[in-house]
Parts: sequence; C-alpha cells; structure tokens
Amino acid sequence: MKSLHLVVLAASVIGAQCATAQEFLIRGATVHTASAKGTLKNTDVLVRGGVIVAIGAEAAAPNATVIDAKGKELTPGLFGGVTDVGIEEIEGESQTVDSTLNQKSPAWEQQWRPELDVTVAFNPRSFVVPITRVEGVTWTVLAPSAQDSIIGGQGSAVTLDGRYDAALPGSRSLFVQMGSTGARVAGGTRAAEYMLFEQAIHEARNQNPITQGALLHAAGREALNRYLMGGRVVFQVDRASDIREVVSFAERAGIKPVILGGDEAWLVAKDLAKANVPVILDPLNDLPIDFDRLASSLENAARLQRAGVRIAFSSGDTPQARLVRQLAGNAVAHGLPWEAALAAITSTPAEIFGVGATHGHISVGQSADLVLWSGDPLELSTLAEQVWIAGRPIEMKSRQTELRDRYVEKVKAHQAR
Amino acid sequence: MKATSRVALLFSTALAVSGVLAAEPFPSTYQVPVNAPVLIQGATVLTGTGERLEGTDVLISDGKIQSIGKGLTAPAEARIIDAHGKWVTPGIIDIHSHLGVYASPAVKGLDDGNEATSPVTSNVWAEHSVWPQDPGFEMALEGGVTTLQILPGSANLIGGRSVVLKNVQAVTYQAMKFPGAAYGLKMACGENPKRVYGSKNQAPSTRMGNVAGYRQAFADAQDYQQQWDKYHRELAEYNKKKAEHADGGAKKSKDKDGADKESMPPSPPKRDLKLETLAEVLKGNILVHMHCYRSDEMATMLDVADEFGFKITAFHHAVEAYKIADRLAEKNVCAAMWADWWGFKMEAYDGIQENLAIVDFPEHSCAIVHSDSGDGIQRLNQEAAKAMAHGARVGLTVPPERAIRWLTLNPAKSLGLQDRIGTLEAGKGADVVIWNGNPFSVYALAEQVFIDGALSFDRAHPTPSPRSDFLLGRHIAESPL
Repeated sequence: MKSLHLVVLAASVIGAQCATAQEFLIRGATVHTASAKGTLKNTDVLVRGGVIVAIGAEAAAPNATVIDAKGKELTPGLFGGVTDVGIEEIEGESQTVDSTLNQKSPAWEQQWRPELDVTVAFNPRSFVVPITRVEGVTWTVLAPSAQDSIIGGQGSAVTLDGRYDAALPGSRSLFVQMGSTGARVAGGTRAAEYMLFEQAIHEARNQNPITQGALLHAAGREALNRYLMGGRVVFQVDRASDIREVVSFAERAGIKPVILGGDEAWLVAKDLAKANVPVILDPLNDLPIDFDRLASSLENAARLQRAGVRIAFSSGDTPQARLVRQLAGNAVAHGLPWEAALAAITSTPAEIFGVGATHGHISVGQSADLVLWSGDPLELSTLAEQVWIAGRPIEMKSRQTELRDRYVEKVKAHQAR
Repeated sequence: MKATSRVALLFSTALAVSGVLAAEPFPSTYQVPVNAPVLIQGATVLTGTGERLEGTDVLISDGKIQSIGKGLTAPAEARIIDAHGKWVTPGIIDIHSHLGVYASPAVKGLDDGNEATSPVTSNVWAEHSVWPQDPGFEMALEGGVTTLQILPGSANLIGGRSVVLKNVQAVTYQAMKFPGAAYGLKMACGENPKRVYGSKNQAPSTRMGNVAGYRQAFADAQDYQQQWDKYHRELAEYNKKKAEHADGGAKKSKDKDGADKESMPPSPPKRDLKLETLAEVLKGNILVHMHCYRSDEMATMLDVADEFGFKITAFHHAVEAYKIADRLAEKNVCAAMWADWWGFKMEAYDGIQENLAIVDFPEHSCAIVHSDSGDGIQRLNQEAAKAMAHGARVGLTVPPERAIRWLTLNPAKSLGLQDRIGTLEAGKGADVVIWNGNPFSVYALAEQVFIDGALSFDRAHPTPSPRSDFLLGRHIAESPL
C-alpha cells in the first residue's frame, strides 16, 4: 500500500505543478546544501521558474504549491558519474552502443580524433535515463571510451530530464586514456603515450602542418588546440607514478587535468593537492586488480580529502550509475566526513566540470535539481520520494517500476505468507 | 600377486564411480583449529533461523556454537567480548564466487576460470584452478564471508565441478576445502555459451543449440551409467559363481578349460571423467548450480532436469526469477540473485531491484544473495539492504531477521550444508560475525569474524602482514624514502 501512496504523491505534485505556473515550496525538510552552509534543519526551499529563489525558515510564498517535507531530507540532484547513460543501452549489444570510436588500427597509425564529441549521440529517450533519474541522479558526464586510442574524444555533462538538447553549457571536456591500457594501444610502452601525445600537440600548434604520417586532421588540430589553452582534459589513469607524470605533462602542455580512476592517487595526494588537480574515483575499488592498482584502498577517498584534494565519485558503470549514493556511504564508513561524501556526488563534480554556477548546490540562483529522500540520503534503506529537474517534478516511473508493478501484484495474488 | 592387485584396483574404481567414495581424490586437509572458548555478550543477534534476539550472549567452544541466551556463564578460560550495541550474525556464505580462479591481479597468468575449449567440460574441477593467494579472499573475509563456493565460469553449457571452501588462510586449496561438502556442477543457460561457441562457428550458437547440448550430455551420462550398472551386475554374478566353484571345487576341477573361462572377471568400462561427473549428478551426489537469467530458460531447464531425473539446486544470476517466484518455491529450487545488476546484456534487461523481495515472498522460497564479483562479495550485506528497501516500498517488507537468511541459511541449504552452517544454533559450526551496528546499514563494518570458533579477522587489531603472499612487499614499495 506504500507504493500506492507514493504514486498518489507524485501525481498530486505533477497536477499541482501545472496549475501554479511552476512555483512551489518544499516545506520543513532537512536541507543538505552541499555548500559552505552545510545542512539546514527544518528549512523551506522556494522554487520559481525552474530556479531556487529562496531558502530559509517559513519562506513567504502565497502563490506557491506547498509540499510538506517534514521528516524528509533534501539534496541537490546527484551526479551519476562519468558514464554512457543515453549513449549505451545494452553494453553487450554493440548496435545500441555509441560510446566508442573503434578505429581498428594501432594508435600510431591512426588519425587521432579529438574532434569526436559523443554528446551528439545522446538519446534522452533511452530507457536507462528514467531508470537512473528516479533514483535521484539528475545529471551525468558522457565520456567516449578510447578503446584502441589514447584520445577518446570529447563529452559533456548532460541533464537527465529527457530534453533533447541536454548538454550543460561549459562542461565539454576531452577524455584521454593513459597508463597500461593506453600503453597497449600505443605500441606496448607507456612512454609511447607521451611520445605520441607530444607529436599530436606539436601538430596542433604548428602553423604549417605536416602532411605525411600526421596524427591529426585540420578539425582535430583545431579541437586539440582549444584544450591546449587551459582546457579541461580528463585523464583516465590509476598508477601513482602515471598520475604524477600526467600532472606534469599537463602543466607543460597548458592543459587543466582531471584524474579519472586514480586508484593509487592517495600515494601522490600531496602533489595533487599542490597542483590543485581533482580526482574522480570509485571509493569501492580496493582489489589489486592489476599492476597499475596494487595500492588500491578503501581509504583512498578519505586520504585524498584529508590532503586537500578535491574528489568526486564515479563507478563508470552505466546501468548502475544510480548507485553513487552507495559509493558515498561506503566512503563515509571508511573515514570520509559525511558532508565531503555528499559533495563528492553533487557540488564537487559540478565544479570540476564547470557547471558549479548552476548545478550541484542548493543555493539561491541554482537550477532547481532537487531530490527529496525518505531519510539519510546516503543510507541504503533510504529511497528517493520525488525528484525535480530544473524545477519540474519527474514522474517517478521507469520501465523497471512497470515490470515491478506487473509482477508484484501477481505474486501477492497467488500467495499469502 | 599381479592378478590380485589388478582386481583390487578395479574394485576401488568401481566404488568411486558408484558413489561409495572409498578414497576421494584431493581430500580436504582442513582441521578445526583449537581455541579457547569465546563468550560474546549483550549483542543484537540475528540467528539466521528467523529470530532477532536483543541483549543476547553467544557462547562458542570447540569450534561450535554451544549456546545462545541471556546472561550465559563464561567458562573459566573463555575470552569475553562485550558486544553491547553491536550485531551478531552467522558467517556469510557466497555460493557464487570466482575468487582464486579469476584472481587479482587479473593477468593472463591467473586467468583460470573458463575451460572454453568445449561446450561440455564436466571433467574439469574448479579447485584445480584455485590460487589460494588471491588477495580477494581476505577482502571477502573483511566483509564477513566465511564460506564460499568457487565455480568455473559460464562459457560452457556444463563448465565443471565447483568446490566449497572455508575462507581460511592456506597454502593449498585442500586446506581450505570444506570437509564433507558435496561437489556442485556449474551449468550455464543463455547468451554466454552460444556467444562463445557461435563465434567459433561451432555448436551451440543458439538457445536451441544449448538445450540440445545439455540433453545429449545427460543422455550420454545415462548410457555411461548403464554400462557401469551392467558391469556391476556381471561382476556380482561372476563373484557369486566363483564362490559356488570354490564350494564345489573338487567336482568341477576336471574341466580345466571351462573353469578358466568362467574365472575371467568382466572388464569394467573405461572411466570417462566427463560422464562420471554427470552420472553423479543423475544419482543426486553432485548438486546442480545453473547460471540462468531468463525465466523462460529456467522453465526449460526445470523440464530438462525432469526428463533426465536430476534436480537443479539453484539458478544463479536469476535476474528474472521474480517472474516465476511461485514455480521456483513449489519446485524447491533456490534463486541466487544480485540486488540490482541489470542491463549489461540483453538477458539482463528485465532486472528489477525488487527481485529478491518478490522471490522471497512465497512459502518455501529460497532467495539467496550472491556476488559473482570480487567487489560485491565484500558487501553482500549491503546488497541485501538495497533489496530490503525496494521490497518495503511495494509492501514486501523483509525484516533483518528474515533478510539475513538470504546470506546465511538459504545459501547453506543450496550447498547441502544447512545442518552444519548458516544459523547460530547450538551444535553448528561457529562461523560468526560481529558487526559494529545494523549490518544492513551502509555504514556498518564487520569488526570480528570467526570461522569454526577461530578469530580470523579483527578490524581493531589487523594482522601486521597480509594473509596473501602476493601482497607482501606492498607496504615497502608504497613508503617513500
């Protein structure tokens, strides 16, 4: 019967929404702002025109629809990590996957394609989108995966409210694969990654490009050049020595680096803090799963945070992008302060990807991407009760809830415990 | 002398094949360690039998649970653990692990989980691939896992024998092997076998090819068993006649030629390791654990099992088990599930987060949380917790005292070990986990883990060196000069 209650709640919210020109007041929630203001108890959040316009006690809003949120907790919409939500339906069925440009040739013989941008392949009608957002995940960063290349191409942050033009302005980034994975495609040694990358940079900067054996087309040179003037480049790399090398390489190249993976980042935490390089990691990675990750540790997140490194969380798993809360909760169990864990799935990734002015916090002027939770948002017994994106309530349904409803009724009708 | 020893050899072979295992190969060398008694005091105890007991003591001695109750008296030499505010559960059992066969680091040299050279490899045994130094074992222990079933992978229709291990530090797998545990047989439905062999332009390349493959294998096993049955009949006849000859020996001794002919024993069939394993399945001595995502394929396999007269103990990765929850309960078949894995391939597309709660709902159900993952096995309690939350939302509330059975009693049942592990009851093996809080919280950690009464993991006092030889030297390499 609980399910029925929730459906009614969702329906009434949607109905009320249409009637009142997008003005509503979430009343009396515990508000986790993911900003310097921290957590505010018994607080009202007023939303108008898709934007948060007031936060406080007993906000005055005579025309607003009031949503009673007493005993519930409110967070910003969650970051689903660096994923392929909307560009991959089923990993095992290649015709449904748009995340990879597979060149089928060695990296040194390829035309490098930094101009590729997977954002244009995003399909907001993907079933994965509602399945992900009903769990409180309102945005993700699309990343091309560099299967047989070093540069995978570009991707962007996208909102998951179902709109076609979903990219968040200012979030476009270049994705690069280094370490032993990159070494394999570069010809067998990670030294060749830097050799080839230096060559590409040289081509991009050169006014008179070479014609024989060039890595880049004109469009590629233009695209890469944009990143050589302080652009954001996400390097997928795990080994401590590789992380240090990437940071100094980026500095020489005029690139603003972000580390993705970073299983051994805690070993070079001081260097990362000093260079102000953020790390997007999976805090559950603790297996020495390969020789790049022998020092993987459940305390990676806590140690990085203590050293002053900005951290965000990502499992990189597309169907399970919804599990970011579990990553954050486990990081807390292994020493990360709760507020830092919430920031790692809200405000910090928003800042890393250049959308912090509009996304990631609960503060006046931010897009009203909000999630109302039944309890502690990092706890496993807690579920999202209502999700709003840009001030619009999301219908709390997906293909999976429809499957659920069909078969729950069947088993209940047939059995009584 | 020569003839006698040959007969003795044949005789022992016959015993092994007929299921009377005179000398089982690769025997367990595990010994229950000797330890002082342990009294855990004042905990919230989830017994695994469906009970939740507050402020309760658990007394362990001689490797067994001695008693459970309030205000138990500690034996003189007992170690006393104050567990007020803590939760105590049976040791967690994962019936689907590839630790040791797909070890960390995941390099080619340790890639030993799939004998993907033929769709039926019931002759291979997972234990011969287990690397006891896999660091994943100790990480699973830190998550409270005390018993695991290691399976071959799912490339093949019939992948080989599983092995049940105790999660103890050892140099050999024999020293981890759960004494007296039955073997399992790994089988696989669906996409994996048809993809692996179809891509080699070999059978099976379709689901109908899969089913033809299982049926032919078991038809061959029936034939093989009939050959052995025939041999045993003839041998018995021969022995009987020989005994009669011995009685009336003087009378028949004249007919020298005839007597010689009659004294020739029947020749046993050649042992076939593939069919030997399948014959043991037909006799119910080996338990079938079958990787099967889709409900329609599970239904097909229940019919195949009926056709050949064997039982499927558990469907693993049963992503669609919720569609046939009643049928599984009626047939007394367990379903081992993830909490929420879905969508990574077509046969996983209908995964829902209420699967465990729905499968658990019918009477006589057997819902199990499994991992199939070196990561997931460290947090099986959290997998259960997520399923509980989603079940509760649709009115299928599963309290902690019931949910713990998904990780303990139900997997023990599917291994045929429910009389030895899986609950905290007097007389059972003392596999016990002390948690620092409700184990279904994301913040909960296992503080102490006992295996047969031996403290195997202690979070407050971690052993200075890792259990795995592989991890030695790591802290030296990590320290800067």
